[in-house]
Amino acid sequence: MGSATDAPPIYLEPLLRTPFHERARALSQLDSFIPWNGYTSVDVFSSVEHEYFAVRNASTLYDLTPMAKYRIRGVDALRFLNRLVTRDLSKLKPNRVAYAVWCNDSGHLIDDGTVFRLGESEYRLCAQERQLDWLLDSALGFEVELIDETEHWAALALQGPTCCAVLEAVGLSGIERLKPFEIGYFKLQAADITVSRTGFTGDLGYELWMAPSDALGVWDLLMAAGRSRGIRPLGSRALNMVRIEAGFILPNVEFVSAERTLRVGRDRSPFELGLDWLVDFDKGHFNGRRALLAERRAGPARRLVGLDIEGNKPAHNALVYAARSGRRQVGAVTSATWSPTCKRNIALALLDAPHIDVGREVWVEIYLNSELVWERRMCRAQIVERPFFAPQRRRATPPADY
Amino acid sequence: MNAAADYDCIVIGAGHNGLVCANYLARSGRSVLVLEAAAQVGGAAVTREFAPGFRVSAGAHLLQWMPRTMIEELALGAHGLAFAAEDLPTVALSLEGAPMRLDPQGIQARSPADAPAYAALNAQLQRFAQALGSMLSGVPPRLGTAARSERLALLRLGWQIRRLGRRDMRELLRIAGMCVYDLMQEHFVSMQLQGALAFDALLGTNLGPRSPGSVFTLLYRLAAGANGARSAPAQPKGGLGALSEALARSARASGASIRTDAPVRRIRVEHDRAAGVTLESGESISARVVVSNADPKTTFLGLLGSEHLDTGFVRRVSHLRSAGLAAKLHLALDRLPRFAGLDGAAHGGRLLIAPSLDYLERAYNHSKYGEYSAQPSLEITLPSLNDAQLAPAGAHVLSAIVQYVPYALGGGWQQARQPLLDLIVDRIEAHAPGLRASITAAELLTPLDLEQQFRTVGGHWHHGELALDQFLFVRPVPGAAQYETPLPGLYLCGAGCHPGGGVMGTAGRNAARRIAALAA
Repeated sequence: MGSATDAPPIYLEPLLRTPFHERARALSQLDSFIPWNGYTSVDVFSSVEHEYFAVRNASTLYDLTPMAKYRIRGVDALRFLNRLVTRDLSKLKPNRVAYAVWCNDSGHLIDDGTVFRLGESEYRLCAQERQLDWLLDSALGFEVELIDETEHWAALALQGPTCCAVLEAVGLSGIERLKPFEIGYFKLQAADITVSRTGFTGDLGYELWMAPSDALGVWDLLMAAGRSRGIRPLGSRALNMVRIEAGFILPNVEFVSAERTLRVGRDRSPFELGLDWLVDFDKGHFNGRRALLAERRAGPARRLVGLDIEGNKPAHNALVYAARSGRRQVGAVTSATWSPTCKRNIALALLDAPHIDVGREVWVEIYLNSELVWERRMCRAQIVERPFFAPQRRRATPPADY
Repeated sequence: MNAAADYDCIVIGAGHNGLVCANYLARSGRSVLVLEAAAQVGGAAVTREFAPGFRVSAGAHLLQWMPRTMIEELALGAHGLAFAAEDLPTVALSLEGAPMRLDPQGIQARSPADAPAYAALNAQLQRFAQALGSMLSGVPPRLGTAARSERLALLRLGWQIRRLGRRDMRELLRIAGMCVYDLMQEHFVSMQLQGALAFDALLGTNLGPRSPGSVFTLLYRLAAGANGARSAPAQPKGGLGALSEALARSARASGASIRTDAPVRRIRVEHDRAAGVTLESGESISARVVVSNADPKTTFLGLLGSEHLDTGFVRRVSHLRSAGLAAKLHLALDRLPRFAGLDGAAHGGRLLIAPSLDYLERAYNHSKYGEYSAQPSLEITLPSLNDAQLAPAGAHVLSAIVQYVPYALGGGWQQARQPLLDLIVDRIEAHAPGLRASITAAELLTPLDLEQQFRTVGGHWHHGELALDQFLFVRPVPGAAQYETPLPGLYLCGAGCHPGGGVMGTAGRNAARRIAALAA
């Protein structure tokens, strides 16, 4: 036996490296990488705490390249997208971005992402997971061209209160006028970069989109200009803390894509995830509309809520009960963190009705390891509004000069 | 619902199912308009002139599956339906010996060893067909439903099968997913008999004798028989078009209006509900309910448009297996052909070229790769022998179904039609010497032609393959298997629905019942 080439089997092939990999590797103290969409992605550079505080107090660079990116263009691009997602994109103007979710026929979430309107009939859809199969099937009957451009673009998220100042310092004049969810086009030395005022941190922030060949140059310029403003590279672990503070959901954490669930009843609707505001029943037909109408009529069976939990021990993977006795489980925590900025012990939890209204009290069972001795604590928790942290600076235009 | 609509119901397509559905809807007191794209009613059950003075049933050419109760209920006799011939014999032609008539006497004469086995298998299959037959007449029940009537229907089916007794039930479950090749080998020794019986399991399908599920299609045909259909095919006087004319007259007598030359461009949707149709002419007609006799792909992807449907549903519809594998041959002959070894009267029957199981399997093999076989299998009729009005005096018409002719021929049909026609004629000529010299005109309709003439995507005469995965509660696709569709107010009534095609009319009647029950 033996093949003509001795290529390793596919499961032994190294993951893809983003155009920023060289710099990330050099700055990574821990060499702590995790897989994301077939790429390596940094989990922690040096310390979760340092990276977290850099997002809230200075600036951070996060490599977004593994994000799945699809170009959608053609005369039916808007019709296609409006049938795909639950919100009304006909209101989305050119050079604007909208957060959106898309559902299967039964009104359950496949994924969430952002839609960039780049031109009259030209859009880009960004999602954490690959979507091409669903997009192609959704394109049947529509005159649209779909291009998977995940590898065509390098992307960086520059987030934190000083990030506008960093961009001004590298010469992006006029960046301070870019409004939240707006797209602008800039020159950074020789590189053409597209900047959107978007992010996953709930803070002041921008996302920068560029050709892979420009990636390292842009990274270097930003790191140099940001030095005096506390810039740091950011890994996924610290990003997870800030996105919980911002109340954002994550696929495979808050929900499993409806195209991937195996067990009945494990997929989630936008209503269950508290995304009612993204569902527009008046815009015409969209995937899952009839199922979602029926669900709305029936009322919610469960809902993703924010929890404020007593104590300071994060309620990772905790079960939630109706009473301290712990006899009746009413749900479970999906994401939890101690919020250093809010000084609150916060969590997102999926709870059964009627334990879903703000102000209600539930009990969270937290397992605690103190020097290898495990103990169990029943902690009182209150259902609170999300987001937990929403500073004015995230929306201020122009941003304050930190 | 729009109280001011022009009609209660619009039926798109005046095929036999559309006409049957319109008739029953009109009888339930609804105002009904049938819109037909072609100049004549009937869909694929039409009679038309293919050469000066020569007329033929251009699609289906025999009537067998329409329940006698339906023919009586709709008083088709009073509306002009007459038969030129009934109880047509089926004859298995052979180049190696005499033809075999497929009935106990014929089998006794040609293959005495098979006669008892034939009687036994026939009796058993008839028992199975009786047990399954009740499923064909009703709206298919859903699995996992809470609706009492549907649970009862499932229970009834289970009971019917259980009632067969231990031995029969075991045999039914054993053979249901089997291939007809093995079943024939188990029971018979005559290759001629094996081939001819298998042919009926395969006609109009994308199956060869060795394809799993080919016994299912045989059982299915027999079940249709148990459901009040004829035990043997009949030939309406004036061709299948005369049946359609009678159906149309009956529908009009029940109060339905029928417009021909009125192709529908779009199904109109208002407030997420079917609200009527827009014709190709631009004319707009409103209705409280729209019923489509068109095939599922045409209905959903063409007339409605995927923008009104969910991606998963569209994916299922687009994956529907709907490519036809049967072509239609029409020959104008200046004299009656003589098939070797066949007595004069038998020429009026169904003549099969399906000499063995292996012959059929080889013919099928090619189709898998987008080719046609050099040795096709045929069902031949000479309709003018039973019905002189179809051809000038002394002249005759030959109408044949040709298996297996792929919809998507490698290299396309442009250059291939004539060579295939020659090859088919050679094949018939081998059984009927002198045929070629008597041909004055010929027409071969490939599945692609059938698609265009009858407006069915893929040119499949069941509007989609009849198979276990496209059957009963999953026919045509989950989400539209109860004549309802995901769009409120839009229904299906064609062969793409349960229980399928073959000039049966049951889908049309079931759909009308469903609409009457739902739309009050």
